[in-house]
Amino acid sequence: MRIIYTDVLVVGGGLAGLRAAVGARRRGHDVIILSLVPPKRSHSAAAQGGMQASLGNTVKGEGDNEDVHFEDTVRGSDWGCDQDVARLFVHTAPQAVRELAAWGVPWNRIKAGDREVIMDGKRVTLTEGQAAHGLIAARDFGGTKKWRTCYVSDGTGHAMLYAVSDQAVAESIPVHERMEAVALIHEGGRCHGAVVRNLVTGELTAYVAKATCIATGGFGRIYRVTSNAVINEGIGAAIALETGAACLGNMEAVQFHPTTIFPAGILVTEGCRGDGGLLKDAAGHRFMPDYEPEKKELASRDVVSRRMEEHIRAGHGVKSRFGEHLWLDITLLGAAHIDGKLREVKEICQHFLGIDPSRDLIPVRPAQHYSMGGIRTDARGHARGLKGLFACGEAACWDLHGFNRLGGNSVAETVVAGMLVGENMADFVESAAGELRVSTALVRACLDAEQAKLDTLLHGNGTESGAELMRRMQDIMTDKVGIFRTGELLHAAVEELQGLLLRSRRIGLRTRRPGGNPELVTAYRVQKMLKLALCVAYGALQRTESRGAHFREDYPRRDDASWLKRTLATWQDDFQTLPTLAYEALDVASMELPPGWRGYGARNAIEHPATAGRAAEIDAIRSAFGHADRFTVQQALMPFDHLIPARFRGRNARPGETS
Amino acid sequence: MNAASSGPRALTLRILRSSPTEGIAPHWQDFHVEEAEGMTLFIALNEVRETLDPALQFDFVCRAGICGSCGMLINGKPGLACRSLTRDLGALITLAPLPVFELIGDLSVNTGKWMRGTAERLETWIHSSQEVDLTAVETPMEPELAEAIYELDRCIECGCCVAGCGTLRMREEFVGAIGLNKIARFRLDPRDERSDDDFYQLIGDDTGVFGCMSLLACHDVCPKGLPLQTQIAFLRRKMAASGA
Repeated sequence: MRIIYTDVLVVGGGLAGLRAAVGARRRGHDVIILSLVPPKRSHSAAAQGGMQASLGNTVKGEGDNEDVHFEDTVRGSDWGCDQDVARLFVHTAPQAVRELAAWGVPWNRIKAGDREVIMDGKRVTLTEGQAAHGLIAARDFGGTKKWRTCYVSDGTGHAMLYAVSDQAVAESIPVHERMEAVALIHEGGRCHGAVVRNLVTGELTAYVAKATCIATGGFGRIYRVTSNAVINEGIGAAIALETGAACLGNMEAVQFHPTTIFPAGILVTEGCRGDGGLLKDAAGHRFMPDYEPEKKELASRDVVSRRMEEHIRAGHGVKSRFGEHLWLDITLLGAAHIDGKLREVKEICQHFLGIDPSRDLIPVRPAQHYSMGGIRTDARGHARGLKGLFACGEAACWDLHGFNRLGGNSVAETVVAGMLVGENMADFVESAAGELRVSTALVRACLDAEQAKLDTLLHGNGTESGAELMRRMQDIMTDKVGIFRTGELLHAAVEELQGLLLRSRRIGLRTRRPGGNPELVTAYRVQKMLKLALCVAYGALQRTESRGAHFREDYPRRDDASWLKRTLATWQDDFQTLPTLAYEALDVASMELPPGWRGYGARNAIEHPATAGRAAEIDAIRSAFGHADRFTVQQALMPFDHLIPARFRGRNARPGETS
Repeated sequence: MNAASSGPRALTLRILRSSPTEGIAPHWQDFHVEEAEGMTLFIALNEVRETLDPALQFDFVCRAGICGSCGMLINGKPGLACRSLTRDLGALITLAPLPVFELIGDLSVNTGKWMRGTAERLETWIHSSQEVDLTAVETPMEPELAEAIYELDRCIECGCCVAGCGTLRMREEFVGAIGLNKIARFRLDPRDERSDDDFYQLIGDDTGVFGCMSLLACHDVCPKGLPLQTQIAFLRRKMAASGA
């Protein structure tokens, strides 16, 4: 029996996991990172457009601060997010950008003087002041009041991932590559680490840890059409679900990105529209202003994706042999801008479409992009239901994003949550609760159980094909649990997925070698992915309202009266074919920003009975504080300082802002 | 050449198979697939695995030319498989794993181990003695300098330059174009306090910048079009001055 002991085990070598690992390591704890791939290959590298942080450096960011970022984020979430978490996040994001700057990220910088930009289809001259020269620049993104998205051309995630990954090397943190956690070791509500499979040799090893952190990203690959990397199969979330103790939050909240190239589904950044790109239909008409006069192409992603599909349904799509699509027009930005600020987009267009985006229109259509749902944690990143288990980044439902994430808030979340959870895990490891009390008999039993499952697949007499089940699941999710949902479609999806889950217990393999066996990997992963797919589809079926990215054609209104709550899915018994759903109410009475209209999209929500009372209370607090500074007022509305680790509590300085 | 008029092409993927863990020696194996519109090697290889041989090993992650996982020899030349369109290749396509790196099996090689070794050896992180106050306004940087650093920061560690390097065939310890480019990147960055004398300690010998034979296949095969030729020449001059 192979056992490796460590203080902190981080599952996932993307930005969130790496940053959390560096934080715990710097507090003096031993950390091991597990990664399916070399960490610099993680999907974080594919984040293109940038990361939001209210630095307020650029002239179009003047007046920006935590309060504005907070309100944008809450409105973007369609009031589904945890407002404490949103506050923690917007407070820490500027520190994260500045830390990354110190670690070598070559953020684009402001040049003083005049420059021409494209806004709302028109050429406009902006003038940056001398004082801002050389400070970190920002571009416009959807659903934001200010230009707040800090960027490195359109390779932001790449530059961030390399800087943080190299910091992990500098800290001598071992990364065990091509290793996959296939089960968590747990007993009595306490997590003790994970059973890990070596993807090259097939060998199982137990990693026993005081604190375990899942940072495995999203689960986009349960869909056929997705921008996600092929490794984004959600296995980290699935093994948490399989404990029966931890739960997954809001799995039905799935984001579809408006602009992925058609039909390959490869992302082209929201920065294309942020920098002035337009969406056009078959007739060459710019249609977004017809639907969204306020924010046009720069409404939130859920709204833009829905409007695009609506426009295609109305008969305005471009017909092609693969189906219908729309156009993204960035020709108006000019070759010089594209060569400097949108170079990945240019490469993608060249290599996958054979076009030059400075002259040609880009065929685009929405595709699955982001999982707002994930392992439900508290504001400290500690998993609900399982002590010693933490989660951060896209794998978690921390819940920064509610039912729709703003562009630029995910790559920001990875590093911010990593900073906070790294500290919180260190605190936990140093506390009495962090002591390790684990029996090797339990470890052996967990290892044996996983080995038995693999042996059944390798040597059993099953006849089903894992690849076939995977394809079918992906088709169902894309066709029936997509942008427009109905009770009928969701019901059919749940029925079919249950059938697939039953069949997945009878998978047989053609290749019986234990290691380096992609067929075996597909087999055990699809068993887990089907459970996630059922959490998404069943959660969506039960949620009879429309909120953010979850849109029910049969229930088109946001219903705060009945549905201002978070879905919690658990899977206690391996023989269940449906998750057990419970709900966690959001407390309107403690919200800093009570539910209202987002400023874009539909304006037809059913009000929560407590909303008016809370709004009146907030007005009273604001007028009682009169001329007090914004920090004092915020503190009176919704104190959150106690949730910030001590080292990150300071106030963010901004040019031109006197505290 | 028009696929629509003459029907789809029948492609042959001739793949160098092997499995060191099972003692299976390298051998060529042919797989036949029908070409589809817009087909990439990512699509073709997945089709082979799904329909012909579920045990075939290869590495893809982003499948968008961003992550650098899928470097392999495509008709003998290192390149990224995910963004190679079959329509740009002949009907017979040979695929082999990248040389130099430890072989895992079939088209999969252990670039991760090599790259981590390079990062540790060349200390590819910002060396700074300053304690940065994260709440303070950041230190300004000239916009052009930030862009110049990013130009060199775009390396995706795919290993194509390493696989194409003539020097590495003779000198196993050579840092390769990837290593030299990393040094050029950190040398350019004012946040890194290391001097040319420090960098000389890392690359000032035959395993570093003076070992390069200037065959420069690295420059030709780099999928990101990094300016490796000029960077190596520039570094050699700077290091010669530093070592003098």
